[in-house]
Amino acid sequence: MILQVDNPVVEVHDLTVSYDRKPVLWGIDLTLPAGALVGVIGPNGAGKSTMIKAMMDLLPVGSGYVRIFDKPIDEVRNRISYVPQRESVDWDFPASVFDVVLMGSYGKLGLFKRPRKADKDAAMEALNKVGMQAFADRQISQLSGGQQQRVFLARALAQDADIYFMDEPFAGVDIATETAIIELLRTMREQGKTVIVVHHDLQSANEYFDWVVLLNMRLVASGPTEHILTQELLEQTYGGKLTVLTKVGELLRKQEFPSREAK
Amino acid sequence: MAMVGDAISHAVLPGIVIAFLLTGSRDSVPMLIGAGLLGVLTTFLIEFFHRYARVQADASIGVTFTWLFAIGIILISVFAGQVDLDQDCVLYGEIAYVPLDLWITEGGLSLGPGTVWTLAFVTILILLFITFGYKELFLTAFDPGFAAAIGISTTAWYYSLMTAVSLTTVASFESVGAILVVALLVAPPATAYLLTDKFKNMLLLSVLAGIIASVAGYYLAVWIDGSIAGAIATVTGIEFTLAFLFSPSRGILLKRKQLQPVQH
Repeated sequence: MILQVDNPVVEVHDLTVSYDRKPVLWGIDLTLPAGALVGVIGPNGAGKSTMIKAMMDLLPVGSGYVRIFDKPIDEVRNRISYVPQRESVDWDFPASVFDVVLMGSYGKLGLFKRPRKADKDAAMEALNKVGMQAFADRQISQLSGGQQQRVFLARALAQDADIYFMDEPFAGVDIATETAIIELLRTMREQGKTVIVVHHDLQSANEYFDWVVLLNMRLVASGPTEHILTQELLEQTYGGKLTVLTKVGELLRKQEFPSREAK
Repeated sequence: MAMVGDAISHAVLPGIVIAFLLTGSRDSVPMLIGAGLLGVLTTFLIEFFHRYARVQADASIGVTFTWLFAIGIILISVFAGQVDLDQDCVLYGEIAYVPLDLWITEGGLSLGPGTVWTLAFVTILILLFITFGYKELFLTAFDPGFAAAIGISTTAWYYSLMTAVSLTTVASFESVGAILVVALLVAPPATAYLLTDKFKNMLLLSVLAGIIASVAGYYLAVWIDGSIAGAIATVTGIEFTLAFLFSPSRGILLKRKQLQPVQH
């Protein structure tokens, strides 16, 4: 089931991406609604990260196009933000937490301009929102995984964008950080922002997202969470993988007897 | 990244020789342009082999600069009669001759060594580049993916930085030779990296480490009556070793405990 929407914030048309002439994404046709918390879900190697990178035009694309806010991506760069995978940067880089969060203002400042007082205040406020204000002067090499993730999130918040792409923000973080992040994402949705999250945990997906995209090289399904996270569609996405089928069974059981109440 | 600097410092040789053959003079400007172009070509070729031929980055660097340097050497030996350049001089430089190469105006006024003027000019250019491009350089070095997503061209900044490295290399190696250029490109920043966690401090400390190495290296050379360039490179190595052993934050002997016990 692939549900298309009217007036989408993101419109992907016939997108194909290959690495080394080997396709990793095939003919993706996708539209996403405004103001939604979107989960992109699929097995390892399904092309989840590749898809959001291709949406932001960070990778060479074989065919197809992407429009964001009904415009080519380069015209709306200052309205989009990106939270890369934590492992994608060198955390030994000589920088402080505040330096990294301040980077959120760089796109809007433009060439040759230095961050002003207002940008520094915005960076501090963003740190406050993720509960890291006490760490502003801390070296980034001294942070835990969860703290690193909060710093990346604060950088995106400082940018004050309209659409956020997040690559596995919940991977390897502690439960307190996970709760803090999902609370923030919900606040952002209430402010009318669109958040697209690459996610790997089926169990929490049901609770976190109101729109789900199932991906396994091809687009399997896209639509409101309750219509998408069904046994049939999950089996189509994950194929016959035994471990995953167990997880699916677990998920369905949890659906009947929810272990975690929605807050 | 450090090895790219090494590669550029060698690969600019054919650019210098070709510039010399075309203009027939050892004037600094055409040489800077020739070498600058070759420096950018080098980084481009390294990226090209790495990305499209899928050769490992270090292999790609190794192939590119040895090949270009060899072309430079062949050009020098073929045109040996016409070229007032010499392989040894290219590799080791001869800083002791710098004061002899004076810039004398047509009125007969001596303005001091020409190299000093060239280097001063390049230093100002580089300072302006770092001052005005600071935030973009900082961001594209730390997180190129994020930079590209918010509309800062990582490619443009990477090639600008590499052009700056080429310019610096070419301007310096006329007096100090390719090997000391590499020593001064890599060792002082590596030393500074061990001593501080702040990016701005790291920039300032590398400059300081470079200056200390130059002055101390000069007196070391006078004292042992040896090669000045060699002595300077040796001091950069000593500085790095000291930082490696005694840095308060990362040195292996005085390492600060990074995790303090939680107080209850």
